[in-house]
Amino acid sequence: MAKPKLSTVFLGGCFGCHMSLLDIDERIIELVDIVEIYKSPLVDRKVFEERSDIGLIEGGCVTEENVEVLLALRDHCDFLISVGECAIMGDIPSLRNTIPLRECIEEAYLNTVSTWNPTHNIPNDPELPLLLNRVHPCHDIVKIDAAIPGCPPRSDALWEALQALLHNKPVQLPYEILKYD
Amino acid sequence: MKEISFIIDGQKVRAQEGQTVLNAADDAGIFIPRLCNHPDLEPFGACRMCTVLINGKPQTACTHPASDGLEIQNDTPQLFNIRKSILDMLFIEGNHYCMFCEKSGFCELQALAYRFGITRPKFPYQYPRRTMDATHPDIFIDHDRCILCARCVRASRDVDHKHVFGFVGRGTAKKLAVSSAKGARDTNVSPDDKALSVCPVGTLMRKHVGYSVPIGKRLFDLMPIGSDIEEHVGKQGKE
Ligand code: SF4
Repeated sequence: MAKPKLSTVFLGGCFGCHMSLLDIDERIIELVDIVEIYKSPLVDRKVFEERSDIGLIEGGCVTEENVEVLLALRDHCDFLISVGECAIMGDIPSLRNTIPLRECIEEAYLNTVSTWNPTHNIPNDPELPLLLNRVHPCHDIVKIDAAIPGCPPRSDALWEALQALLHNKPVQLPYEILKYD
Repeated sequence: MKEISFIIDGQKVRAQEGQTVLNAADDAGIFIPRLCNHPDLEPFGACRMCTVLINGKPQTACTHPASDGLEIQNDTPQLFNIRKSILDMLFIEGNHYCMFCEKSGFCELQALAYRFGITRPKFPYQYPRRTMDATHPDIFIDHDRCILCARCVRASRDVDHKHVFGFVGRGTAKKLAVSSAKGARDTNVSPDDKALSVCPVGTLMRKHVGYSVPIGKRLFDLMPIGSDIEEHVGKQGKE
C-alpha cells in the first residue's frame, strides 16, 4: 500500500514551525518511513500532481500569493492543520492589522530613523507579492480541520498530532504540550 | 458559624453559612472555573465563567450565597461549552499575543484555555486597536490584554485605597482607565500595589523584570489551573 502523503506550506511566518517539525530529531527517520513528504519546503516538488492525505500550514495569509498557496493546499489535501500561532491567529505579522497598510509601508520604507532610502520609492516590483490589507488567519480563507497551537508548537505536539492522524485517531494534545507560546 | 450542606454534581458538600457557592466548592476540592473572582477581593460577577445551575437556574457561583439544600450543577457538557465560548470571546475581543507576553505560563486566561483544550477560538478575531501606557517608570499597562475583570479596580479601591483604576466607555469601547489623563506616570500607583499582583493576564506588569521563570517551570506549564483546588482535601470536605 502506498504511504500516506504529507504536504507542508510556509506562508507568512518565520519558518519556526518547520524548524519545530525538524526538531522531532531522529523520529524524522521514523516519519519518512511511514509517510511520503510530498510537497513541502523540505523537498523540491513545485506543483501538486496528486492529492495529499495531510497538509500542514505554517504562517498566516499576509500576501495575495499566500492565499493562492493556501487555496491550492486545501484543494489537494484531505485533512488540513493550521500549525502555530501565525496560521491560527496571524501572530506577529497581524500586529499591523490595526494600522492602515499605507501607514505601515511608509513607516517601513520612508519614515523610520534607520531608513536609508535616497530615491524615496516604495518597492513595487511586479515580482513582489502584493500585501493584503490585513493579515488573515488561515481559517478566514479556507476550512481548517485541526490546529496545533504554539509559537512554534512543541515538536512533541507535532509528533503526537501526526501519530494520531496516521492511526486514524482524533488529534488531542496532552496538557503539557498544548501551549500558545 | 452554622454548618450547611448542599449538592454539587450529585455530591454532598458541607460548608459554612456566609460562604459563597464558589468558596464552599473550593473548600470541598471542587473547581469551578473563574476569572474575575479573586480570593482577596469582593466578588464581582462580571466574567460569568463561574456560572453554574443552581436549582436549575444559571447563577454566578462567586456571588451566590451557599445555603442548605441547594442542588447545583457545575460539571456538565452544556456549562463546559458555555465557558469555552466565553474564553473564545475573550480571546478574539482583545489582542492576546501569548508568544511575547511576559505573563505567559502564569496567565489565568491562557491557563483556562489550556484546561478547556482550546486550540483556536471559534469566532473571528476582532483585532481591536488598543494602546499601551508605558509612561510610568516602573509599570506598563498593555490594554491589548485587558479582559475587564475589574480585579485591579477593586484591589486599588478596597486594598490599596488609591482608586487608581476604573472603566470608561461602553460596549466594545469599554476600557480600563487610570485616574489621570496623562497616564499611569501621573497617578500614585506603585509596583507593589495589590492591583498589579491580582491582574489575571499580562495587562498590568512591572518593568525591569520579565521571563524570570524558564519555560517548563512556570505555574501552569504542567499543572492545569484549578488542580491545586482539586488536590486539596478541604477543611469542609465532600461526602
Ligand atoms: S487590567 Fe487586569 S485586573 Fe484590571 S481589568 Fe484589565 S485584566 Fe482585569
